[in-house]
Amino acid sequence: MSSEKIIRPNEVIQWFGDMEIGGYIYTVGEAGERFFKTLKDKGLLVASKCDKCGNKYIPPKTFCENCFSEIKEYVEIEPVGIVETYTILHVDKDNKPISPPIVVAFISFDNIKGGLIHKLKINTNELKIGIKVRAKLKPENERKGNINDIEYFEKI
Amino acid sequence: MTKEIKLYGHGLKEDDLKRVILIEDKPSAKYSWSAGTAMSRFLLELKEGRIIGRKCNKCGRILIPPRMYCEVCFRPTDEWIYVRDIGRITTAVVSYISADRARLEKPEVVGVIEFEDAPGSGIFHRLNIKPEDVINRSAFGMKVKAVWKPKEQRNGSITDIEYFEPVKE
Amino acid sequence: MKTNLNIKNRVAIVGAGLTLFRRRMLDTPKELAWGAVKMALESAGLDIKDVEAVVIGSAPDAFDGVHMKGEYLSDGSGGIGKPTMRVYVGGGTGVFTPIAGWWHVASGLFDVVIAVAEEKMSPAQPHPQYVFKHIWDPIIERPLGLNLIWIFAMEMHRYMYRYNIKKEDVALVSVKNKANALDHPAAQAAGKITVDDVLKSEILVWPVQRLDISPVSDGAAAIVMVSEKIARRLTDSPVWVEGVGWALDSTHWTNRDLSYPKYLEVAARMAYKMANIENPRKEIDVAEVYDPFDYKELHHMEGLMLARKGEAPILTKEGITQRDGDLPINPSGGLLGVGNPIAAAGLMKVAEIFWQLRYEAGKRQVKKPVYTGLAQAWGDLMQVGTVIIMRGG
Repeated sequence: MSSEKIIRPNEVIQWFGDMEIGGYIYTVGEAGERFFKTLKDKGLLVASKCDKCGNKYIPPKTFCENCFSEIKEYVEIEPVGIVETYTILHVDKDNKPISPPIVVAFISFDNIKGGLIHKLKINTNELKIGIKVRAKLKPENERKGNINDIEYFEKI
Repeated sequence: MTKEIKLYGHGLKEDDLKRVILIEDKPSAKYSWSAGTAMSRFLLELKEGRIIGRKCNKCGRILIPPRMYCEVCFRPTDEWIYVRDIGRITTAVVSYISADRARLEKPEVVGVIEFEDAPGSGIFHRLNIKPEDVINRSAFGMKVKAVWKPKEQRNGSITDIEYFEPVKE
Repeated sequence: MKTNLNIKNRVAIVGAGLTLFRRRMLDTPKELAWGAVKMALESAGLDIKDVEAVVIGSAPDAFDGVHMKGEYLSDGSGGIGKPTMRVYVGGGTGVFTPIAGWWHVASGLFDVVIAVAEEKMSPAQPHPQYVFKHIWDPIIERPLGLNLIWIFAMEMHRYMYRYNIKKEDVALVSVKNKANALDHPAAQAAGKITVDDVLKSEILVWPVQRLDISPVSDGAAAIVMVSEKIARRLTDSPVWVEGVGWALDSTHWTNRDLSYPKYLEVAARMAYKMANIENPRKEIDVAEVYDPFDYKELHHMEGLMLARKGEAPILTKEGITQRDGDLPINPSGGLLGVGNPIAAAGLMKVAEIFWQLRYEAGKRQVKKPVYTGLAQAWGDLMQVGTVIIMRGG
């Protein structure tokens, strides 16, 4: 680089701005429509089922990741699953303490590939990988058709 | 691959959006950019009502906006050079829409100005000329001068120049 | 004909797929990618298990609203657990993706590669155009409130001024392409319009009017690229990739001559040299030239040296670029007629040349016999040119 040397701090300007737009709206696709509408209206989860290789998936998509076939079948299941792993959040994204700490878990469902990430309402002395949990849903009139229609999962 | 083939995809019309599930989000993404050596000096000089460029002694170009390296010769540039705030319009357009795509009450004329003292240089800025002059193309090559904001309103930004306007030949 | 370059494997395209192009689609980005890849594989007679590597192209993450959007698409692209990479040069991505696919196969590393490009612009609110606010220099350009259409308008006006081109001449491109698109199954903005319609349409940023511009779109496209030995097994009519070229110019667009895309000439020369082409105007039989705005088709024709500087409007006026002309340009309907999902648009053009060279383009098939075709894309801050040249088997 050239031999220019910055001597005084006010010779370097900091420019402030952003890379934001008004916002985003995400469509969920055909499979997603089924998933969220069933969650909202019936309080049940939906998995996609591939009739070629037999794999089932949550969250559901319109194609099978394994054999790439088109998905035509969906199955409804009770929102009951097993904790595969969890973590406990003590600080938020701005590094401020969260009190009481929040437990977030990855929950899998019987014989289905994939799973959901969600909050877990539980006493820490009961918290263990492998425990069985069930979704606690918001009252029907408060559900909007998104993942927060589930308030949290709790131990059965 | 004829017109009759049915392709994958489900199109939505604008009012279909009311019937489908939509997940909304507004990510935050704030930045603080360092203007760097060359641009910092450029902005500070704008505050003083002056335009400064960097000269590459190898190709002879005076670079505006200034940079500490010449991207053509791929070597550091050599010296600071002041240029007069006079130039010629190389291209101009008349905008009837704002950056947010809203319809403008009064059309805005903008374009690229090549500085008289620095051939090949150019900055984008507002032009205080008649829309007709753009449409009939008499704006091309027109000699223009910067109109500066009053000193107390300047704060080291490209907007310290209000716009460029025609000057007599 | 062989390429003018020492490579391990000759590369052929043996299948192509598209989704619909629409202003907004219900399908998620992954599902769009899948729709295109599935059709490409089926048309090639291959299965996902045959795919060895995947190249994904997707232009700014800021449209779909998901960071690392290329990788996000990998399960829908068949790329899970496989060598997968993402390439991105703005609007040039659509032709850069198959160029990257080309070197995957030409190097001898892989025999079967999927090249897929997807874009979902509809999530961006209030309008996808807002995303373009952030490609400008944050310090010296954004404070002036730049709009993307302004910069296209400035380039268009400089080009028209330099060669004394009238709006009527430029509008002919929009009329041609939107009419061509009436025969394209994915088309979003096809229609029969007249030069008068274009000249009477809403003035956005003079000289750009509403009907000079391609629409905003969601969509995906994919092709299957294989080595020669695989191609010979799969089909009697492989389409060979014989030339690739790409080049980049600086973002200091105010310091450039806007009337001529020099970087495109650099990319074109690279591709022509490889494909042994000395007289492009005579040796290219059909071309898909990037047309996000109608004047860009003319601008790029000159950069590709398919017309002399300032003369592309004359070729258009004389009907030479029509489907039954001597140098058909954009028989698909281009971006103006089919749609412009940023990355997928260029790959749609490559797919069109693929179908044209196999005489599978239905009503869009050009009249003259075709052997050598070219597809070109352009993008970023008006700085990248990507070119691919293909020949029939």
